[in-house]
Amino acid sequence: MEPLAKLLEAALFAASRPLTLEELESLAPSEGDVRAALDEIRQNYREDHGVELVEIAEGWQFLTRREYAETIERAQFALRPRRLSPAALETLAIIAYRQPVGRLEVDEIRGVDSGAVMDKLVERGLIEVVTRGEGLGRPLLYGTTPPFLEILGLKDLEDLPRLEELSVALRRPTPVDEPE
Amino acid sequence: MQTGPGFVVELEKFSGPLDLLLHLIKEDEVDITDLPIAKIADQFLAVIQDLGLNQAADYLEMAARLLRIKAQMLLPRRLGDDEWEDPRAELVRRLLEYQQIRELVEWLGHAADVRAERFGRGYEAPPPDAPPAPLQIDLNDLLGAAERVIALIPEPMLHRVVPRPLDVEGATAKINALLAEREQFGWSDIVGRGATIVDVLSAFIALLELAKRSVVTLSQPEPFGPMVVTRGTPREAA
Repeated sequence: MEPLAKLLEAALFAASRPLTLEELESLAPSEGDVRAALDEIRQNYREDHGVELVEIAEGWQFLTRREYAETIERAQFALRPRRLSPAALETLAIIAYRQPVGRLEVDEIRGVDSGAVMDKLVERGLIEVVTRGEGLGRPLLYGTTPPFLEILGLKDLEDLPRLEELSVALRRPTPVDEPE
Repeated sequence: MQTGPGFVVELEKFSGPLDLLLHLIKEDEVDITDLPIAKIADQFLAVIQDLGLNQAADYLEMAARLLRIKAQMLLPRRLGDDEWEDPRAELVRRLLEYQQIRELVEWLGHAADVRAERFGRGYEAPPPDAPPAPLQIDLNDLLGAAERVIALIPEPMLHRVVPRPLDVEGATAKINALLAEREQFGWSDIVGRGATIVDVLSAFIALLELAKRSVVTLSQPEPFGPMVVTRGTPREAA
């Protein structure tokens, strides 16, 4: 591998989280094409390795191959994260697609109070307050975070299914002309 | 509670009233855009009769909404009246919206499961914060700050620090020595005549501690009589 690819490989190995392109570029400014080097590493790990370089959460990370999950977990060398509850997933889905979105809108769509669930998601770092709304009391508006992409294995938000692809089509509610 | 066949529902399974409604609609295989509102409302009410109080508010609100729509549907309407708005429209919109969320939940749940089968490098503690930048102050700033702090103190607080005089270890050792010699002995064997208050307290705490660990058994044959210390039987005590 090229020297730059080796350097990036070392950095990605040392890091315990995905490293973004900017972070990788900052390692060796003017050392050449980081993207090409990442491609080289990825090719290198495509076969003959138990780990592979994965593009995830707007960055790159070495991850073990799926087929070894069970064995590794059985030996308790690493543990799968706890699964998110349906309530948490519902809330995440709404926030992912409607961000920035306030609590009231989440409550309204889910039909239940979502305060506790949202607090937990903030605590886990999966959502965060991104801005304040215009309306009464300037409500806090939430958005998803890089760890959200990370736990779902998504490159970026574009990786989420497009709403048109779902069997039930739904757009943002079009404002209905209220009869006067 | 009366439920029809194939209609045994555990509310815990549902993440809210919309989820329950969707379930009922699916069970009945009815068209979501042309909801048989009376039937669905009745089924909904039947289910929530069995409801836990913590969730009641959300479900009751939906029940009220369903009943209101049911009532509105009964109101006569003139044929060909363009102004008439289907009272179910808002509910149907919300149900469709929610159904889509459920579909996304499936998708997200699956994505999370797949991701969970790949491990990154193990957890590492976050790096410590960088040390604070060296202070840039001169002597006057420091003295000023000190004066401000001192001014906040109403009056100097002085404490006399006394070394802890109790010697529980010593008393414990003494009791253990006695135990090695004798099966049973009295309080006065532990503390002699000239014992100070500190000696008495130390011995007392040591005894309580030993009694707690079942090393000794304490008894007092008569009210205000001398305490009798007996070698404990730990097995029985346990």
